[in-house]
Amino acid sequence: MANTLDLGRFEQAILPHLDAAHNLARWLVRGASDAEDLVQEASLRAWRGFGTFRGGDGRGWLLAIVRNTCFTWLRKNRRQDLADEFDEDIHSSESATPDPERQLFEGLDSRRVQQALEGLPAEFREAIVLRELEGMSYKEIGDIAGVPIGTVMSRLARARKRLQKSLAAPIGKEA
Amino acid sequence: MRCEEARPLIDFYLDGELDALRSAEFELHARGCSECTPQIERAGKLRAAIRENAPYFAAPLALKQRIREALRAEAGAGAAESATRATIPRWRIAAAALVSIAAAFILVFTLRSHFTGVEYDEDEVADQVVASHVRSLMASHLTDVTSSDRHTVKPWFDGKIDFAPNVPDFSAEGFPLTGGRLDYINRRPVAALVYQRRLHYINVFIWPAESSLTTRAKTETREGYNILHWQHAGMDYWCISDTSADDLQALAKLLQQ
Repeated sequence: MANTLDLGRFEQAILPHLDAAHNLARWLVRGASDAEDLVQEASLRAWRGFGTFRGGDGRGWLLAIVRNTCFTWLRKNRRQDLADEFDEDIHSSESATPDPERQLFEGLDSRRVQQALEGLPAEFREAIVLRELEGMSYKEIGDIAGVPIGTVMSRLARARKRLQKSLAAPIGKEA
Repeated sequence: MRCEEARPLIDFYLDGELDALRSAEFELHARGCSECTPQIERAGKLRAAIRENAPYFAAPLALKQRIREALRAEAGAGAAESATRATIPRWRIAAAALVSIAAAFILVFTLRSHFTGVEYDEDEVADQVVASHVRSLMASHLTDVTSSDRHTVKPWFDGKIDFAPNVPDFSAEGFPLTGGRLDYINRRPVAALVYQRRLHYINVFIWPAESSLTTRAKTETREGYNILHWQHAGMDYWCISDTSADDLQALAKLLQQ
């Protein structure tokens, strides 16, 4: 099954998406070295399963494998990050209710946005990263995460509601 | 478009999920509405804040290098192995045995599911059917091919899906065919036929069933929609609409003829 010809095809169709793969993994598991290990593991898995690749969207195909590898890891190592186990109290660092009239998102920097995103359950974070950073459609996101489009919509809506709240809070209030 | 219609579409509009017609209607409303405008701006600012500030973690060069090397090593090893067919290590025999056992289990389960007629998670498929129905109405993208002529709709599916659904028109019975659409359910492309019942639209999703069993139609209500699901003539049928369950039953009867 595996031969050098296939490897050439794999390198052309799949490897250009390693940046997207690493970005997703890094946002999902957060740690730099964990993310690298998982991307490498997922890439080898992708290679072994390359026979099931039917052409077309190589990025989506690779990202589906990356996200599954990452979620297996999260279930084992960081269950508290998953939506089912997510404890609102621990993560709602902004206990102060933001002033609704206050103009939004002043003085934002990347550290603050990163913190806000990392404060989301992994499934929500995934939806936002694929939508805003990869520019993917609901359908593409649903295919990667293995959920219906309706679930993608509700994850995005709930994620944005939380981000709206945490990013609108006055600077310095975050834990 | 009124505010009540426009509000739920704000996210879809900004995410580029509305089709051209719906977008135009939305923009027309938004331009003249002082209540919707701030909400749209707010939602837009959040998106910009994330896109502009969230770091994008591209893969480090060293990682890319490492992956390429690991792949070459594995591909090379695979080629060398098949070339020499050297001694088979003991763990490989054990692994092969395990694989056979697993395969046997899978076979048993597959057969079992064949006999019970359940090949997939019906609950999940029902969710997807609801989502597809809502989406088809939301995006004014109800049909890819709009025609009440079955001889136009049926050939349209040729080459787009790997099966040929039956496309009858039931105007005489009060269910005019409105058109067809390609959709995606249960991880496969499916045919969606759209029928009208007075002011209601009915989506009928069709795809080849795993078994050739004929099952009785099952009814359920989900998120306010009536759903009817059955199998016959080797096809899976899912009907959904906000019209009455009786109407759906009547259509199902017609489709089963």
